[in-house]
Amino acid sequence: MAEATFPLDAWYPLAWSGEIGRSLFARKICGRDIVAYRRIDGEIAALEDACWHRLLPLSLGKLVGDDVVCGYHGLVFNAAGRCTHLPAQKTINPSACVRAYPVVERHRLVWVWPGEPALADPARLPDFHWNDGADWKGEGGTFVSLGCDYRLVVDNLMDLSHETYVHSESIGHDAILDSPFEVTHRGGTVTLARWMIDIEAPPFWEKMLGKPGSVDRWQIVTFQAPNVVVGDVGAAPTASGAPQGDRSQGVNGAFLAALAPETATTCHYFWNFVRTFARDDHELTRRLTLAHVNDGKGVYDQDHRVLEAQQKAIDSNPRQPFFNLNIDAGALWSRRKIDELIAADTVNAQAAE
Amino acid sequence: MTNSSWREARVVAVADLTPDTRSLEIVSDRGFVAPASGAHLKVAVTIGGRPDTRCYSVYEATDNGGYRIAVKRLALSRGGSAYMASLQPGARLVVAGPENAFPLTLARSDYLLVAGGIGVTPIFAHAKTLARQGAPFRLLYAARRREELALGSELAALLGPKLQTYVSNEDRRVDFTEAFAALAPEGEAYICGPLAMLQAAQRAWAQAGRPRENLRFETFGASGAWQNETFRVDIPRLNKSFEVPADKTLLQALQDEGVATISDCRRGECGLCALPILGVEGVVDHRDVFFSDEEKRSNAKLCACVSRIHGARVILDTADR
Repeated sequence: MAEATFPLDAWYPLAWSGEIGRSLFARKICGRDIVAYRRIDGEIAALEDACWHRLLPLSLGKLVGDDVVCGYHGLVFNAAGRCTHLPAQKTINPSACVRAYPVVERHRLVWVWPGEPALADPARLPDFHWNDGADWKGEGGTFVSLGCDYRLVVDNLMDLSHETYVHSESIGHDAILDSPFEVTHRGGTVTLARWMIDIEAPPFWEKMLGKPGSVDRWQIVTFQAPNVVVGDVGAAPTASGAPQGDRSQGVNGAFLAALAPETATTCHYFWNFVRTFARDDHELTRRLTLAHVNDGKGVYDQDHRVLEAQQKAIDSNPRQPFFNLNIDAGALWSRRKIDELIAADTVNAQAAE
Repeated sequence: MTNSSWREARVVAVADLTPDTRSLEIVSDRGFVAPASGAHLKVAVTIGGRPDTRCYSVYEATDNGGYRIAVKRLALSRGGSAYMASLQPGARLVVAGPENAFPLTLARSDYLLVAGGIGVTPIFAHAKTLARQGAPFRLLYAARRREELALGSELAALLGPKLQTYVSNEDRRVDFTEAFAALAPEGEAYICGPLAMLQAAQRAWAQAGRPRENLRFETFGASGAWQNETFRVDIPRLNKSFEVPADKTLLQALQDEGVATISDCRRGECGLCALPILGVEGVVDHRDVFFSDEEKRSNAKLCACVSRIHGARVILDTADR
C-alpha cells in the first residue's frame, strides 16, 4: 500500500454552507464517497455514499424528510446512517447501516471528519474566521477535483517566491526574492513571514493602496496542519509604521485556503481572498474574485496550471525525488506537521496493516 | 480494507474469567488493526474435520497489539467453543478482522447497554468507549448465576453505580419496560444476549413506541428456547430423509446431504436460507431475527442457519424445481 499522504483524523472542508440544502450532495473526500444534506431542523447529515445493500450511491436516491431513500430498492437510511426500512420484509437486519460522518458547519464551510468518529472534536477545527463574512469581506470559490496532491497546494502557498515568476504581472516582484523571510513553527502551525521594506509597489497593491510612493509590503502566511493556509498580506506607505504594528495607513488582505484531498493525487480547494479595506465596494469584491479565478486568466488559474502540470510530472517520474532549496523551508515544515498527524492517525494505521 | 484477509496469529495468554468462560489474548503475526468497539475477530476452526469460521467479539485490545476475546464452553457446542477453550499460550490460529457489525453511534443523548451472559463482550467494549467519552449511559448485566458474570468486577470498578447486575437464580431479572422508561426519548439501547432476552427487549421497545432503529443488537448462535436436540428432516420434493445431530446446524446438515442452499450471514439476520415448512412434529425453535413474531408464529418458514426443532421431525421444502 502506498504511503499515506493525508491523515484521516482531521476536519476537511466538504462544501460551502450554501451548497448543502434540501437535496443530496455528493463529494469524495479522502477517498471516501460522501453524501450530505440538510435535515429539516437545519443541521447537516453526511453519510457514506453507498447503499449497504448493493452499494449504489445513495446520492442517486432521494431525500424524504430527514431520510435518504436508495434509488435502487428503496432501502431507507436515517441521518445517523441507520436503515429504517428494508424492502419486502417485516424486520430490519441489525447490521444494515451506512457510515455517518461527523460534521460541523463553521466559517461558512461544512467540515467533515473522515477518520475515527470518537476523535472528532470540534475544538480541533482550524481557525478560519477570516472567512466568516464579518470583519473581512470577499467572495471566493472552489476548485473541485483539482488535479494535484493537496500538499502541492500547501507547498505553493507556503513559498510565495513563486509569485515573481508565476504572477509577474500582478503581485510578482523581484523584491520578494531579495527580502529575507523567517519560518517559525509551533504545535501544528507553521508561519512564514516576509517584510519587504521600502519597495516599489507591485501593480496589484499599487492599485489597492491608491497612494503614490514606495511601500512596505508584508506576507505573513500561516499553515494549520493538515490543510488550511491563511496568508495575511498587504502594503502600507513606507515609514507609516506597518512593520511596527500600525497598518492604519495601508491596505490589508488575506488569502484563505481550505483543502480537502479527494484522492492521493486530486483535491478540492476552497479559496477566498478577503480584505478589511473598501468592505462595502461590491464591484471591487467582484473584480477581486475575477482577478483570482477568471476562465484561466486569474492568479489562481496560473497556479493551477503549474500545480496540475507538476502532478503529471511527478506521476511520470516516480523515481525522481524533489530537491529542496532554502525557499522551501515553509513547505518542508508544513509537510513535517502533516507527517506527524499521519503518524498519529488511528485509521491510516489500520489501512497500512 | 486489508483487515478482512486471513492471517496467522497466536494465543499469547489465557485466563479463566468464570468457571466456564475463558479469555484468550490473540496477537496477529502481521500488524495490528485497532478494533472499534463492538468489533469481532473471525477465527478459522475445524469442526468435525471441516473448516468453519467463528466470530468472537473483541472485548478489549491490549497496548502491545493483542485482541482479547472470551469463549464460553457450551454444554452442546458445535465444536467451536470446545476447541477454542482448549487452546493454550503459543497455540497457532488463523484469524481475520476485526470487523464491526455492532458499531456504537457516538454523541447520542442517552444510552442503555444490556448484556446477557457471554453477550457481555461487545457491551464491555461499548461501556469502555462511552465511559471514556463521558457519555450518559447505564449497563444492565444479566446472568443465571453470580459466578457467571464474566468481567463483572472490571465493569463494577469502571462504572460504579452505572452498572446493575441481575442474577436470575437470585430472582433478579431485567425489567425492560422499566429500563426503557428511564431512557431519554432519543436514547439508544444496545443489547447482546440470548435470543429470549432480545425478544423480550424488542417487545418492550415496540410497546414503548420507540423507533426500532434505535434498538441495536447483536445475536449469537445457539441461544434458542430449547437446548440443541437431534431431529429428523424429511424433504419430499427431493426424496430425502436425514437426521440433524445436536452439534450440527440444519443448514450444515442440508449441505452435507447435498441439498442446494443459499445463505449469507449464518446468524439468522438476512433470511436468505429460509425454507418452507410443510409440517412439524414438535415445535419450531425459531432462533433468527429475520422473521417477525407473527411470521414465526405462522411457522411458514424457518431460517436453516440457526433455527432448530424441539421434537421429532420437520418436513421441509426447497427451491428445487
